Amino acid sequence: MAKRVLIAEDEPSILASLEFLMRRAGYETRNAADGEEALQLLPVFRPHLVLLDIMLPRRSGLDVCREIRADASLSGTRVLMLTAKGGNRDHERGLEAGADDYVTKPFSTQDLVARAQALLADPVLRLAPGAIPRQDP
Amino acid sequence: MLQGWIIVAASFAYIGLLFAIAWFADRRAARGQSVVSNAWVYSLSLAVYATAWTFYGSVGRAATDGVGFLPIYIGPTLTMLLGWFVLRKMVRIARLNRTTSLADFVASRYGKSALIGGLVTVIAVIGILPYISLQLKAVSTSFQILLGYPEVAMPPPAGSMVVMQDTAFYVALFMALFAIAFGTRQLDAAERHEGMVAAIAFESLVKLVAFLAVGIYVAYFMYDGLGDIFARASGRPDLEVLMAPLGGAAGSYANWVWLTVLSMFAIVFLPRQFQVAVIENTDERHLRRAAWLFPLYMLAINVFVLPIAFGGALHFPPGTVDADTFVLTLPMTQKAEGLALFVFIGGLSAATGMVIVETVALSTMICNDLVMPLLLRIRAFRLSEQRDLSSLLLDIRRAAIIALLMGGYFYYLLAGEAYALVSIGLISFAAAAQFAPAVIGGLYWRGGNRTGALAGLLAGFSVWIYTLLMPAFARSGWLGVEFVERGPFGVELLRPHQLFGLAGLDPITHAMIWSMIANVGAYVLGSVIRRQSAAEHAQATLFVDVYQQTGEPGSSWRGATSASALQTLVGRFLGPARAVELFTAYARLRGARSVDELEGDRDLVRFAELQLAGTIGAASARTMVATVAQEEPLGLEEVMTIIDEASQVIAYSHRLEEKQQELEEATRELKAANERLKELDRLKDDFISTVTHELRTPLTSIRAFSEILHDNPDLDPGERQRFLALVIRESERLTRLINQVLDLAKIESGLAEWRTAELDLREIVLEAIHATSAIFKSRGVTVEARLAPAVAPVMADRDRLMQVLLNLLSNAAKFCTPGTGRVEVRLEGHAGGVRVDVEDNGVGISRENQALIFEKFRQVGDTLTEKPAGTGLGLAICRRIVGHFGGRLWVESEPGRGSVFSFDLPAAAAAGGAGRLVANA
Amino acid sequence: MRKPSLRAYRIASLFLLACLLFNYPVLALFNVGATAGGVPVLYVYLFAAWGVVIALAAVVIEGGS
Repeated sequence: MAKRVLIAEDEPSILASLEFLMRRAGYETRNAADGEEALQLLPVFRPHLVLLDIMLPRRSGLDVCREIRADASLSGTRVLMLTAKGGNRDHERGLEAGADDYVTKPFSTQDLVARAQALLADPVLRLAPGAIPRQDP
Repeated sequence: MLQGWIIVAASFAYIGLLFAIAWFADRRAARGQSVVSNAWVYSLSLAVYATAWTFYGSVGRAATDGVGFLPIYIGPTLTMLLGWFVLRKMVRIARLNRTTSLADFVASRYGKSALIGGLVTVIAVIGILPYISLQLKAVSTSFQILLGYPEVAMPPPAGSMVVMQDTAFYVALFMALFAIAFGTRQLDAAERHEGMVAAIAFESLVKLVAFLAVGIYVAYFMYDGLGDIFARASGRPDLEVLMAPLGGAAGSYANWVWLTVLSMFAIVFLPRQFQVAVIENTDERHLRRAAWLFPLYMLAINVFVLPIAFGGALHFPPGTVDADTFVLTLPMTQKAEGLALFVFIGGLSAATGMVIVETVALSTMICNDLVMPLLLRIRAFRLSEQRDLSSLLLDIRRAAIIALLMGGYFYYLLAGEAYALVSIGLISFAAAAQFAPAVIGGLYWRGGNRTGALAGLLAGFSVWIYTLLMPAFARSGWLGVEFVERGPFGVELLRPHQLFGLAGLDPITHAMIWSMIANVGAYVLGSVIRRQSAAEHAQATLFVDVYQQTGEPGSSWRGATSASALQTLVGRFLGPARAVELFTAYARLRGARSVDELEGDRDLVRFAELQLAGTIGAASARTMVATVAQEEPLGLEEVMTIIDEASQVIAYSHRLEEKQQELEEATRELKAANERLKELDRLKDDFISTVTHELRTPLTSIRAFSEILHDNPDLDPGERQRFLALVIRESERLTRLINQVLDLAKIESGLAEWRTAELDLREIVLEAIHATSAIFKSRGVTVEARLAPAVAPVMADRDRLMQVLLNLLSNAAKFCTPGTGRVEVRLEGHAGGVRVDVEDNGVGISRENQALIFEKFRQVGDTLTEKPAGTGLGLAICRRIVGHFGGRLWVESEPGRGSVFSFDLPAAAAAGGAGRLVANA
Repeated sequence: MRKPSLRAYRIASLFLLACLLFNYPVLALFNVGATAGGVPVLYVYLFAAWGVVIALAAVVIEGGS
C-alpha cells in the first residue's frame, strides 16, 4: 500500500509540482492550501509524511508541525519542512518545532524526492496507531 | 552811627531781597523757565554748607588751632571728587522714587520702613538742634556787638536774660517766620523749592563777598599784607606754634584725619546738604561743575581765615575779645561802619540760609516720616477719611519749623555758652555722620537690611548721645561736670570723652571712632543675622542697581482699584485741583481722553504712589495707597528674592544645565538617528526578505517544473503542456515582480523620470478602459464609464497615470465575481481638481485591511480560493505616483458589497490661476 | 555693569591723590616753622595743594565732556 503524503503549500504552482513529484515517487497525496486545512486533514488522512511549507496562511507551518508533535496518535508521522533560504533561520526554527528534515526553496526536485524517500524508509519508522499496517521493505 | 533801627532795617531789607529773588525764581519755575536748573546755581546752593560757623567760627577755631579748621572744608572737597559716583547715584534714586528727604531716602532703601524713617528723623532733629542754636548764637551775638558800636564789648552770656528781652529768642522767632515763608508756601508733588534754592545761591555769594571784603580789609588795610601779619605773629610765642600746629599742641594727625572724614560725611548727610545736593538737584550733570566749583568756593572763603585770626589776636589783648567775633570786631575798631554792617549782613545771610534750608528739610522729615505715619496709624484722627489734607500737611510743617527753632533756642540757652561755635557745629556733624553707614551701605551693598540699619543707627546714635550730647549737657551744669571728668558713678572706664580708656583725642574724634565702630558693626551684624524681607529686597535692588534701570521703578501694586479712587486719594494730600491736573496730564500721556478712561492698573497705582511720595514720603505714601489698592502678594517676590540671592549660583548652575541639556539633546538626537538607522535597516531587511520571498515563489515553481520536464521525458503531452504553461506564467510573474520592485525603488529614491505635461484625464481614462476591455470581457465583468464631459487639465506624467488606471481597473476586474461583476468608472471635476473613482461590486476589503493594501507586498484575497495573481506592489506604486503629482489615492469599501478606489489630482496651475483671477475680480 | 570709563579711573586716582596730599605723612613734611614769602609753609602748602586738586578736578571731571 502506498505511503501517504500530505502536501501543505499555499502557492498553487509549487503545490502542483510537489504533487506531481510525490505521485511519481509512488505515494498517495492529499493537498492543503493553508495550515488550517492541513490540520483538518491530518487525523483523517493520517499521512506518513507531511511536506510542510513554513509560511502558510491561517496557521503557519511551524504551528502545524508543533501540533503534529503534540499529537501522540501522529507519533509516526514524519515532517519535511519547506523553508526559505536565509529567511530568518527558518530551518532552525523548523527543526526546533519538531521537523525531521528540511529543504530550502527553490529546491532541487531530485534532492526533495530523495529526502522524502529517506524519511519514509527509515527503519525506526512506526506507523501511527490504528493506521494501515506498515509495509516492511 | 550804627543805630539799632539801621541794623534791623538793613537786615529786613536784605531778607526782603532774598524773598524777591525767591519769588522771581518761583515765578520763572512756574512758567517752565527755571533759573535754578543751572550748574552755577547748583554749586552755589551747595555753599549753604558755609554757615555762621564758617563765617565767624572758623576764625575762632584758627585762633586756637591754626590750620585745624581746614579739614572741615577739605573733607567736602574729597567728597565732591567722588560726587560723580556717589551723589549722582543718590540723585538718580531720589528722582526715580520722588524722595522728599534724607529720612525718606533711608526709609525707602530699607523696605519703605516707617520705623527707619522715624528714627532717622529723630536723630536728625536732635543732632541738628545744636547746629541751629549755633546760628542763633552767632546772629544774636553779632547783633549785640554791632549794637554796641563803636564800643567793642562782649554780650552777656546766654541764659542770663529774660527770654522776652533776649535777642536770640527774637532771632529764632524771625528765622522761623522766614523759613515758613520760604519753604512752606506750597505743596508740590516734587518736593522742590526753586525759589529757596535761588535765594540760597544768592546768599552764598553775599557771604563770600562779605568775608573776602573783611579778609582783604584786615590783611591789606589794617596790616601790610599776609607777610606782615605772619611776621608779627611769629614774634608771639602763642601764635608761632599755630603756624605748625599739627602733631603739637592742639591737634594731632588723628584729629585732622577724623575731622576730614566727619566733614566728608557732613557734606552729604546733613539734612540741608542732602536737600540742596540731592532733592533740589535738577540735572545730574550739574554735579560735574559742582565737583570743582564748590571746593573752589570753600577755598576762597577760607583763604583769609588765618590772617584774620592772627590779626585779631595781635590787635586785641588776649582774653578780651572772643575770637569768634574777630570778623566783626576788627572792622569796628577801625570805625569801618559800612564794612561792619556788611559783615553782619554776611553773617546773617550765612545763618539764615542754613536755618531756612535745614528747617525746611527737617520739617519735611518730621511731617512725612514722623507725624504723618503716626496720624495715619491712629484711627481716632480718621485721617484716611478726610477730604483735603494738603493744608494739614503744610500746618504740620509750619509747626515743625517753629518747634525746631524753639528747640534750637532752648539748646542755646542750655549749652550755648559752654562751647565755641565750631565745637557746637561739630557735635551736629557727628550726628549726621551716623547716617553714613546705612546710606552708603544701602547704595552699594544689596545685603544691607532693615534690621542692620536700625541697629546701626541706634548704636551710633546712642554712642553719640553718650560721648557728645551728654557731656555738652554736663558742661552746662545740667548733669554735673563729674560725669565728664570721672565717668558715671565714678567709673573711669566709662568717661564719655575717654571711653574704655581711649584718651589723647579731642572729643569729636573720640566720639567718631566709637560711634562708627558701633554703627558699622551693628549695621553689618544686623544685616548678616536677619534675613531681608521681600519688600526690602526689592528696594535694595532698586537702589544698588539704579543705573541698570530704565524709567520708573517696577511696581508691586496689583491693579485692583479705580482711577477716580486714586485721584481722590492724591487730591486729599495735594489738593483736588492739583490732583485733577496731574491725573489729566497722566491720562493724556497714556493716550486716554479723560481720567475716567484710565484703568486702575499697576502703572497708575504706581503713579499715584509716586505723587504721594513726593508729598508725604515713601512710607506714608505706601500706607495711603494700600487703603485703595491691593499690594502684590509677597509670595512671588519672595520667590524672586530667593532667585536673586542665589543668582550667581543659579547663573553658574544654569550654564551647567545648559551644557547638560545640550549634551542630552545631542544624545537624544544621536539616539533618534540610531533608531532611525536601525528602523531603516530593519525595513531594508524586511524588504529584502519580502522581496526574496516573493522572488523565490515563482523561481521555485519554475525550477521545479523545469526539472520535472527535464527528468521526465515520458510525460504525456497534455501534462507537459500544462507544466510548460506554468513555467511561462511564473516566469512572467517573476519579470513583473522584478520590474515593479525596480520601479518602486526608482520612485522612492527619487531617480524615477517624470515627463510632466498638461493632461486631459478624460482621454486617459477612456484609453485605460479600452486597454482593459479584454480582461473584463474574459472575466465576464461589465464596465461602465460615467465621465464628465470636460474637466480641468492636470499636470502629470501620462504613462504613469495610465499605469495607475490600469492597475485599478485590473484589480477591480480581478476581485469581481465573474458573470455578475460590474465595474463603474467615474470622472468628475471639482473646485481645484479632478477626481476619478473605480467602483466594483466584488468581495470588498475589511476595514483593517483598507490601510494595509497600500503597503508593499500586502495582498488581500481569499486564500481559500485562489491566491491573487498580483505582486503586492501595484497599489503601493500607484499611491506614490498620485502623491507625486500632489494628489491622493484612497479606498472606501464594505466587505461583500464591493470597493471604490478613488484618486484626486489638482488642476493644472494655469487653470487655478485663472480661477483665482475670476474670484478676485 | 558697564566697564568703568577712563574718566572714572582718573577721578578715582585724583581722589586717592587728594587723600594722600591732605594726610599724614605728607602733611608732616610741611608742618615746620619755616615761611615762604613770609607765610607759613604749611598754610601755603595746604592752599596750593587744595588749588591744584580743584584745578585737576575741573579738568578731569568737567573738561572734555
